[in-house]
Amino acid sequence: MTGMTEDSSIITTVIKSWHDRPGALLPILHGIQDKLGYIPSEAIDLIASALRQTKAEIHGVISFYHHFRTTPPGNHQVQVCRAEACQARGSRSLEAHIKKKLSVDYHQTTMDKEFSLDAVYCLGNCACGPNIRISNEIHGRVSNERFDELVDAMTTRPLELQ
Amino acid sequence: MNHFKLFVPKDTTSCSLGADQIADSILEKAEQYDLNIELTRNGSRGLFWLEPLVEVEIGQKRMAFGSVATADVESLLTDLKTGEFAQHPLFLGETEEIPYLKKQQRITFSRAGITDPLSIDDYQNHDGFKGLEKALSVSSQEIVNEVKESGLRGRGGAAFPTGIKWQTVLDAPSDQKYIVCNADEGDSGTFADRMVMEADPYMLIEGMAIAGLAVGADQGYIYLRSEYPMAQQVLDEAINNAIKAGFLGENILNSGKTFHLEVRLGAGAYICGEETSLLESLEGKRGLVRAKPPLPALEGLFGQPTIVNNVLSLAAVPFILAEGGKAYGEYGINRSKGTLPFQLAGNIHQGGLIELPFGYTLRQLVEEFGQGTASGRPVKAIQVGGPLGAYLPESQWDLPLDYEAFSAEGAVLGHGGIVVFDDSVDMSEQARFSMEFCTEESCGKCTPCRIGSTRGVEVIDRIRSGENSEANIELLHDLCDTMEFGSLCAMGGMTPFPVRSAVSHFASDFTPATSQTGGQGND
Ligand SMILES: Cc1cc2nc3c(=O)[nH]c(=O)nc-3n(C[C@H](O)[C@H](O)[C@H](O)COP(=O)(O)O)c2cc1C
Ligand code: SF4
Ligand code: FES
Repeated sequence: MTGMTEDSSIITTVIKSWHDRPGALLPILHGIQDKLGYIPSEAIDLIASALRQTKAEIHGVISFYHHFRTTPPGNHQVQVCRAEACQARGSRSLEAHIKKKLSVDYHQTTMDKEFSLDAVYCLGNCACGPNIRISNEIHGRVSNERFDELVDAMTTRPLELQ
Repeated sequence: MNHFKLFVPKDTTSCSLGADQIADSILEKAEQYDLNIELTRNGSRGLFWLEPLVEVEIGQKRMAFGSVATADVESLLTDLKTGEFAQHPLFLGETEEIPYLKKQQRITFSRAGITDPLSIDDYQNHDGFKGLEKALSVSSQEIVNEVKESGLRGRGGAAFPTGIKWQTVLDAPSDQKYIVCNADEGDSGTFADRMVMEADPYMLIEGMAIAGLAVGADQGYIYLRSEYPMAQQVLDEAINNAIKAGFLGENILNSGKTFHLEVRLGAGAYICGEETSLLESLEGKRGLVRAKPPLPALEGLFGQPTIVNNVLSLAAVPFILAEGGKAYGEYGINRSKGTLPFQLAGNIHQGGLIELPFGYTLRQLVEEFGQGTASGRPVKAIQVGGPLGAYLPESQWDLPLDYEAFSAEGAVLGHGGIVVFDDSVDMSEQARFSMEFCTEESCGKCTPCRIGSTRGVEVIDRIRSGENSEANIELLHDLCDTMEFGSLCAMGGMTPFPVRSAVSHFASDFTPATSQTGGQGND
């Protein structure tokens, strides 16, 4: 598949730019995920051999950190802040609304691959909760209606509420 | 020609509320209205309930408008043009005269929101790099002496004296030492580190370069949480600018001294804020907490002597060098010297950053600055010091905000985060969350933390469903003891703080009749 080779060359480039620097593993994983959206399994072999570590070690690191994923995300990555300051502003009900609206739970991606949903613990915007992050943008004081607006603006075909 | 100097902050909070769109709209409409507008994207002043806060320079003064929506831009520009801006419904008067800001004593945040975060000229025009120049003119030991004299204690939570840590690293014999800035800021309710990085990044860079000179380290890392994409952008750009201008890299200001600095991203693990877990992560490993000793000061990053300091600790250093440790130590009370940037968050009417000397009370912060809850309902509980900090009932709101006074009550100041809850909160649900958070974020190294927190969630669930409440509450206390005394680090060791405080100060939320509906707190 051509896709595979493209991915491989991206992976190799990222590894090359980091592998001889101290503590290279996290920057490599970030570099790959930034470009591909996730860490494909072929990357693990390549990283392991470049860093002279076992595949199990690389797997261990990936699974330790919430941020890294080994499956492709949706086109839009939605993260909902679950931490205390947002709880005090109603994040629990927002969280329930979002799950219902997107028909997914945390760590899942919608059937149409538009949205993946994840939890996050604090986005540093704690005076203006509840907060969510969509890709690299943080949105403050998100009411249920505001979330629907954001979603509708991102989808060409609006999702049906069940 | 109508020439105006406008400021629209570019920081996470203001942008989360639409500041970018406002900035775009101002530039777009300026042409239409034939206004010549010079727009600066400043940092935030930290008056978050007023964001997006737009400022206009009139004479030598800055006038504030807030909080501005895109729909207000047109009327704002019209009123500027006619000179009738003081009549505008969002007009707040002179920014510096807003009581919330005026009542503060800003040292660390003296430039926040005033300067363009990425302008080195702005930074230097506001006393920037004076501390570094001073540090280059004295010996390493003299730098460390100044920091000791200031009485500065680590702002990351443990409040360890910074000067003593630096002395240990200075005295450790090694050719390679490191300065690591802990920018993991994982505590809910905190954003002061983020504000430093987004509003005044050169201050942190300067503080780290001074630390390097103080102990003979030529390499620094900022370990930044991946939840802060804007801070990352600003820091990367600021570091590049500082290198070009000769404040970083080889031969700093022609002194022959070297200090390299790099940002490294975390990956969404709360435990990586713990310094040894952070070092493991920087080395490219799982963030498993290391047993101490050895201290990171002696065997830290890659086994070498390492200073690990919080953003705010390092950010306090330029002032200490420029003005003297004594000047810094004159703020504060008892053994809590200097200022602490408190962060008012959660259900609060006027949330934001409040830098004050130690010694104020929670009540003053929440009532005078915060003006009560955002919901308008009574405050029920205040969690201070992040997810490992206690929930305080009204009877404890008059404690002075000082490290020792808090620890005497089983509470912590931590990183200065204050999270307010109104009376709709169910404290048994909060206690459950504390345990759940520990199961999610435990590094897994020790049993009391890893298994204890899982058991904790189960026990609290049983209490909440009214199953054998009394026996289960006793079991919960035992579990808390096991976690507190048997855990290797404060993750497992302090999770009992919020849990116990919820149980003991808000007991009625743990009785079956009210636990599901959010009963009134009692004390
Ligand atoms: C679970 C846990 C999380 C922590 N998170 C942070 C953090 O996000 N930022 C921080 O500066 N310190 C954090 N600390 C404290 C650090 O271990 C360490 O004390 C601090 O970085 C030292 O710097 P300081 O002396 O300047 O405070 C945490 C500690 C624990 C136990
Ligand atoms: S207390 Fe928890 S986080 Fe700390 S070392 Fe033990 S398992 Fe890891
Ligand atoms: S708690 Fe949600 S942003 Fe901090």
